[in-house]
Amino acid sequence: MNYPIEKIRADFPILDQNINGHPLVYLDNAATTQKPNCVIDAVAHYYKHLNSNVHRGVHSLSEQATAAYEESRMTIKEFINAVDVREIVFCRGTTEAINLVASSYGRANLTKGDEILISTLEHHSNIVPWQLLCEQTGAILKVAPINDKGEIVLADYKRLLSEKTKMVAVNHVSNALGTINPVQEMTTLAHSVGAKILIDGAQALATVPVDVQAIGCDFYTGSGHKLFAPTGIGFLFARAELLEAMPPYHGGGDMIRQVTFEKTTYAPIPYKFEAGTPNIVGAIGLGVAIDYINSIGRENIFAHEHMLLEYATEKAEAEKGMRIIGTAKHKTSVLSFVLDGIHPHDMGTILDHQGIAIRTGHHCAMPVMKFFKVPATARASFSLYNTKADVDALFVGIQKIKEMFASE
Amino acid sequence: MNELQELYQEVIIDHGTKPRNFGKLETCSHQAEGFNPLCGDELTLFLDIDENNIITHIKFEGQGCAISTASASLMTQFLVGKTIEEAEQAMHEFTAMVTTSPNEEHSRLGKLKILAGVNKYPSRVKCASLPWHTLLAALKNETEAASTE
Repeated sequence: MNYPIEKIRADFPILDQNINGHPLVYLDNAATTQKPNCVIDAVAHYYKHLNSNVHRGVHSLSEQATAAYEESRMTIKEFINAVDVREIVFCRGTTEAINLVASSYGRANLTKGDEILISTLEHHSNIVPWQLLCEQTGAILKVAPINDKGEIVLADYKRLLSEKTKMVAVNHVSNALGTINPVQEMTTLAHSVGAKILIDGAQALATVPVDVQAIGCDFYTGSGHKLFAPTGIGFLFARAELLEAMPPYHGGGDMIRQVTFEKTTYAPIPYKFEAGTPNIVGAIGLGVAIDYINSIGRENIFAHEHMLLEYATEKAEAEKGMRIIGTAKHKTSVLSFVLDGIHPHDMGTILDHQGIAIRTGHHCAMPVMKFFKVPATARASFSLYNTKADVDALFVGIQKIKEMFASE
Repeated sequence: MNELQELYQEVIIDHGTKPRNFGKLETCSHQAEGFNPLCGDELTLFLDIDENNIITHIKFEGQGCAISTASASLMTQFLVGKTIEEAEQAMHEFTAMVTTSPNEEHSRLGKLKILAGVNKYPSRVKCASLPWHTLLAALKNETEAASTE
């Protein structure tokens, strides 16, 4: 099929502007993605025509808002192929979803001496909640190492799993390097020792087809803003029987069945985990964003982005003094790199002057930086609306950086 | 000269890529570490201060961008022979220069004025200030790493 790049670019109004006098080249998609008109319009439509609280009123607006909110839950369920719509809990994003599991499932099920296995590739949001849980329960954190391509070493992962392992938490795709992890195999291995497994899908969902039944995982998390939806919305998938048994995370309205001062009973799942008025418009926007992704097709998106990655990688390999950090066999379109003698922050500022937005720093993955013995990297990450011309602009920008640093 | 050229002047590129006073002081009276959690830049500062409160030797090591490395390099050159009071005064003037209007005169800062262009880049101000935050920690002999946050 012919990839409709012109039409797609026209769907994202933010792309049509100048930054510092140059057309915007947005290559920071692993940090957050831009929003298409359909999502922006859905947000405006909600506040203009639907705004009211969900699950409460008997009036028409409340019923319509509730229906739209619940329809989005169904859209997510189908997007990741969960068995049951009750397995989708709305939350603020992946960070909150992981904290929910660590706090609720973790504190109820882990005790002193139990082990939690993560990997070197993790984002801080999939490290710190488990460290907090270890402090609270006396559980021990174990870390599966990576090789110099930035891939988890499966033999070591296997070796670190034992009957002591109660929880495994790994990302589906590394935000810092783009590595796609073999989560299906890792899930089978985790289950073979009786451990539960959480997959952080923040970086995967926009590109990689996700089927939680095929993966077989117990928990899967996602963030809306990396999926062309608003910030402040995301979800936790958890198998229904686990959610049923887990204690509530936050207490408040909407998550109860009956409240007395003697005893409170809780609402059924998923509402038991959705205390307070939720981010209704965010949830609706997320549903619309997923419809948008589906209208293009994740296979098509993956193919387009992979073409850009190959094009950029080829140029990077030919670029003198440039080193790609993260060269896994299976990657999403993330090009993390360093230049000899030039710090990524200087690159970021100089590129910004040419309208090119990239991320520079540790990408909330300090252990990854430590492994590669770099203080930081520059990261260009491509999305469905990027073009080969964007890649060309990046490399023209890199020439300019080199010229400035060769000036004396 | 555009803003970018003003930020990355030759002197800054020179000090940023070939820093002066780079390394360790084997014996020193004051020492502190600085850290910018936002970007991971790290800096260790070593000072030798004599009985008259004069900075006699100063060196630094660590890793950072051209702005923070140049700032540290220029700072160490500036501080040799200065008293503690003069160093503290310079720190306040430098902070004012990189955070407020570029039109203000900061005559006592001499060569350090070349970093004034940083004030147009809010995300880079912390790069230029890290060495100075670390200096303050060293003068107070703080054991906890100085942070720009």
